[in-house]
Amino acid sequence: MLKIENVNLFYGAIHALHDISFHVAPGEIVTLIGANGAGKTSILHAISSLIPYRDGEVIFSGKKLKKLPAYEIVNMGLAHVPEGRRVFGRMTVKENLDMGAYTRHDTKETHADMQRVFQHFPRLKERRGQLAGTLSGGEQQMLSIGRALMSRPKLLMMDEPSMGLSPILVSEIFSIIREINQEGTTVLLVEQNAHMALSVANRGYVLETGRVVLEGAAKALLNNSEVKRAYLGTA
Amino acid sequence: MILFLNQLINGLHVGSIYALIALGYTMVYGIIKLINFAHGDILMIGAYTIVVTISFMGWPIAVAIIVSILACVLFGVVIERFAYKPLRSSPKISSLITAIGVSMLLQNGAQLIFSPNPKPFPILLNAPPLNLGPLQISFTTILTFAVAIISMISLQGFVSTFKMGKAMRAVSEDMDAAQLMGINANHTITATFAIGCGLAGVGALLYCMAYPTVSPTLGSLPGIKAFIAAVLGGIGIMPGAMLGGFILGIAESLTKGYISSQLSDAVVYGILIIVLLFKPAGLLGKSVSEKV
Repeated sequence: MLKIENVNLFYGAIHALHDISFHVAPGEIVTLIGANGAGKTSILHAISSLIPYRDGEVIFSGKKLKKLPAYEIVNMGLAHVPEGRRVFGRMTVKENLDMGAYTRHDTKETHADMQRVFQHFPRLKERRGQLAGTLSGGEQQMLSIGRALMSRPKLLMMDEPSMGLSPILVSEIFSIIREINQEGTTVLLVEQNAHMALSVANRGYVLETGRVVLEGAAKALLNNSEVKRAYLGTA
Repeated sequence: MILFLNQLINGLHVGSIYALIALGYTMVYGIIKLINFAHGDILMIGAYTIVVTISFMGWPIAVAIIVSILACVLFGVVIERFAYKPLRSSPKISSLITAIGVSMLLQNGAQLIFSPNPKPFPILLNAPPLNLGPLQISFTTILTFAVAIISMISLQGFVSTFKMGKAMRAVSEDMDAAQLMGINANHTITATFAIGCGLAGVGALLYCMAYPTVSPTLGSLPGIKAFIAAVLGGIGIMPGAMLGGFILGIAESLTKGYISSQLSDAVVYGILIIVLLFKPAGLLGKSVSEKV
């Protein structure tokens, strides 16, 4: 479904991503884990065309994304929940969700999808008239995910959905990620919380300073001694 | 009391013009964080278009008005496309200096074409003033106020109901996130310039009906006043620009009526300084605190 081939990305003279290659198959949850600065967010930004990369290809549903502007990519069925939520704070919850469906013209089905988002996140329904900037961190994260779902994506990319949330909210968010996946959406999950990410994912890739250093089934990675030592905090 | 009411009405008159122009500043700032110093000169473009089409070519007033607003829109869009867009990813100071350059280009261009000598603005309407007891309200004042209010309400309606309007708000809050929603930021920015400059075109018309001489530097003074209005209300926030415009207009005309005409600008700048000392983001700035 999504294939990344030898992507190299530079910030000025800094070589941030080295020959990154990985793939996501339909129906999977794939996670990219790694420490701060490993290049996880840069990969998602490259896929979404938010930053240009020097060489390599990103292929989604058989199409190369490299030359496409960022705003055309969501239309192909690829949605991106950015790091730090990035909700539109001076717009209401409902308006944020409307923005998520910006490219759609099927009013009826869009409405049905909004009801589905409200089922996943009843809190958003209660607060649909409230300005997004006044929501709590967890609610903003829910809104950010809900907003991305409004485009009815085939593949949902999420950047650090657990960041800054309380442990209870983190497990709530992760169970919703599982639900979304079971409804048929493929998920690419970027996380620092390696334990949580690997426990919901099918497969994982471990990144270190812009390189993929390890890959495998999520269960295998959870039991890998190196991963345990470096990312899970257990020996 | 009569003096007060008269000055209040004058203040609302000039304030509604400032508010319309301030909206253009604030919308452009909101979306690309640029103080468009050429915005005042768009007024001058609108005013000369009226002079040329009516006084020289004898077109019907209604047609001339539409053409002059379209001229403002066209100039705004072209300026954005060729002067600001190439600099979108360079440091803000580059675009700021470019904006000053564009302003000079427009003023000097107008001087070259129309000479620096002021030209009379044609009389667009001749209606008797409205008498309310001892108060006399000119028809121009009523028209100005009505046109400004209708424009502002339509704009508010547009940005809160229409998809493009909501997209403008989304891009002005977070351009990257808006693009992830599938919003074409370039189109949205073009639309913002078009609307902002269209409002300046309306503002030009109303301004010249009040002060009917047209010169190449016509836009400087209302431009700077409107900019102050936008900052006073909280730059980037549309209701702030309207509020700022009205406050400025009323303060100015009350000062003229009660203290002295020469002090009116000093009072306006004084209000700005005091407001910024206590509310650096402007009157309506940062009314929503974002949790992180």
